[in-house]
Amino acid sequence: MENFFNILIKSIFIENMIFAFFLGMCSYIAVSKTVKTSNGLGIAVTFVLVITTPMNYLLNEYILKEGALKWIDLSFAEIDLSYLSFIVFIATIAAIVQLVEMFVEKFSPSLYNALGIFLPLIAVNCAILGTSLFMQERAYSSILDVIAFSLGSGIGWWLAIVSLAAIREKIKYSNVPAPLKGVGITFILTGLMAIAFMGFMGIKI
Amino acid sequence: MSQKEPLFSSKIKNTFLGPLNKNNPITVLVLGICSSLAVTVQLKPALIMAISVTIVIGFSNLIISLIRNTIPSRIRIIVQLVVIAALVIIVDQILKAYVYDVSKKLSVFVGLIITNCIIMGRLEAFALGNKPWPSFVDGIANGLGYGIILIIVAFFRELLGSGKILGMTVIPDFLYKAGYENNGLMILPPMALITIGVIIWIHRSWNKTLIEK
Repeated sequence: MENFFNILIKSIFIENMIFAFFLGMCSYIAVSKTVKTSNGLGIAVTFVLVITTPMNYLLNEYILKEGALKWIDLSFAEIDLSYLSFIVFIATIAAIVQLVEMFVEKFSPSLYNALGIFLPLIAVNCAILGTSLFMQERAYSSILDVIAFSLGSGIGWWLAIVSLAAIREKIKYSNVPAPLKGVGITFILTGLMAIAFMGFMGIKI
Repeated sequence: MSQKEPLFSSKIKNTFLGPLNKNNPITVLVLGICSSLAVTVQLKPALIMAISVTIVIGFSNLIISLIRNTIPSRIRIIVQLVVIAALVIIVDQILKAYVYDVSKKLSVFVGLIITNCIIMGRLEAFALGNKPWPSFVDGIANGLGYGIILIIVAFFRELLGSGKILGMTVIPDFLYKAGYENNGLMILPPMALITIGVIIWIHRSWNKTLIEK
């Protein structure tokens, strides 16, 4: 359990998806105009991450990894399907996003209305695929660790987009040089926020 | 429009030049930043990333444009993702075979070409409604527009951050002796964002039409 919280804190603050790896940048810049919509997107991303990454972990562990097919027959022990992982991961993500969308629409129309157009967009959010690929690269040892990692990445992303949206709402009233307005100043703001987040790097976990 | 267009008409020229300047995918449309910034610490990975992305965009545009009339529109996203993912797997295997060290450095970011918004964006906006040849040109041009920004950012980060270009030291020794120091901040992730912000600033002061209200 100790490991669970270590990974959780680490992936929220120290290895934040936005500030350390720039993942999910497109929607991060495009949707962060108001706090309300970015809150919705943040929830949706966290939700999808927590479902897809453990799913991809199981696929990787029991089908794709070298020697992963041992559980069917020992003669399969030498098969290495990891070159297929991109296509399998993205297919899982697209399928799950579709499923989640239908599920939410049926059982919680209010949540569906709140998430609205964001759910289908999430399939092509780099943060989702990125988390799965990092999970594969870092070779986490148990599914609990993977859940902690995906939850932490999601919360970190959510935190980042909501705080940027809050700043952007305020900056509307400031005198930004005209060519820098909009996207330009948003990039510089994100850079400054990332410098602030680097303060967490010194923490040893 | 039954007339046959010449291979290099003025329309093709506009398709090609647009993404390099007024419709640049990164600085104007703000697409595809996701997988790009982390690879700009040095020039070499950035160059290889730019080439890979250009190839993937060009060919996915071509393939989708060839089969555009047979894709049912409800499942087009999945079809597009499968085409892109297959191309990215090919690129990844080639990189692993020929430039292994760079492939290690790019780590997950090769895979993230799949979710690069430029590719999906071009497929949706251009390839689904245009003939194969213009689509291919559009894809290549967008890849180059993306590559240019990547290379500019990587050039400045490597030059100011470690005093090198493509791994060769370019800052002369006497400057170091006179007290010049490499700016370590340029190597860290935040400076990529600020560099892009400055590029956007310069680009928009040239093209006043791009300024946001």
